[in-house]
Amino acid sequence: MVHWLFATGILLVGLCLLCEAVVGREVWAMRPWRRYLWPGIAFTMGVFLWPVMALYTNSAIHMYAHGSWAQVLMLAGGAELGLVHGRLRSPWWRLTWPLAFAVTGAAFLVHEQNPWWFARAAFLHHLLGWTFLVGALVPLGLVFRPRSPALRTLFALTIVAVSVMLYADRDVAPVFGHLSPLAGAPHR
Amino acid sequence: MNTYADDIPHRRTRRVSPEQIVALLGPLTVAGGVLWAILQPWRLTILHPLHQGFWWLVVEPPLLVVGAGVLFTLVVARPLLADLEERRATSG
Repeated sequence: MVHWLFATGILLVGLCLLCEAVVGREVWAMRPWRRYLWPGIAFTMGVFLWPVMALYTNSAIHMYAHGSWAQVLMLAGGAELGLVHGRLRSPWWRLTWPLAFAVTGAAFLVHEQNPWWFARAAFLHHLLGWTFLVGALVPLGLVFRPRSPALRTLFALTIVAVSVMLYADRDVAPVFGHLSPLAGAPHR
Repeated sequence: MNTYADDIPHRRTRRVSPEQIVALLGPLTVAGGVLWAILQPWRLTILHPLHQGFWWLVVEPPLLVVGAGVLFTLVVARPLLADLEERRATSG
């Protein structure tokens, strides 16, 4: 359930990024509040990952994973807020995004102990992990080519794809007909 | 003298404008949520609300997608379309 709420926030970020890629930074920044919109949502999601870490204490690795996501998402969102506000000037601050992607991908892969076809949640953890790890190349490219429409669009579509994967998550469910008997009875 | 270029009929190129993309993103998101609700109605606990807890009734994924699409259309897309129009008008 928490995944679906975060998926909604991520979907909004993806849609904003897609719009920014389509209309260009100048038009997007015509209203000051709009510049802060998606970095603000990203930073807020980072803040809300802390209660997820603190309240879901079923395993230590789960807590470490969510704690690391909270940190890197707040760092990347905060750096982006600083850049659009003008407090931060160095474009190297945008390296926080590939860092956030790489840490998130590694955390997804490390904290999933079951194989791909164990259950839907396991499959999605692997898929999300690899999507983030490979997808980290896109924000890395944007550090060097920040105005590339193709990279900006690809960045936005990666974020939207992540939200779709999170929406597909359920407690215990089969994935393409596969469900390990060890996973338990399907529900939700 | 060029003897080739004028013989080629001018092709009508259809290019999707930024305005069209911005205007379509919200409704497409809403349509995605509605389609999802039709394809997987069991994801909507509001259709079978008995014995459901508060959060399971509040957090319904297809409705969240629809909500995100509506919010995006009203808060982001409409002002952005107005800005695009204003910019087009000022740039001539």
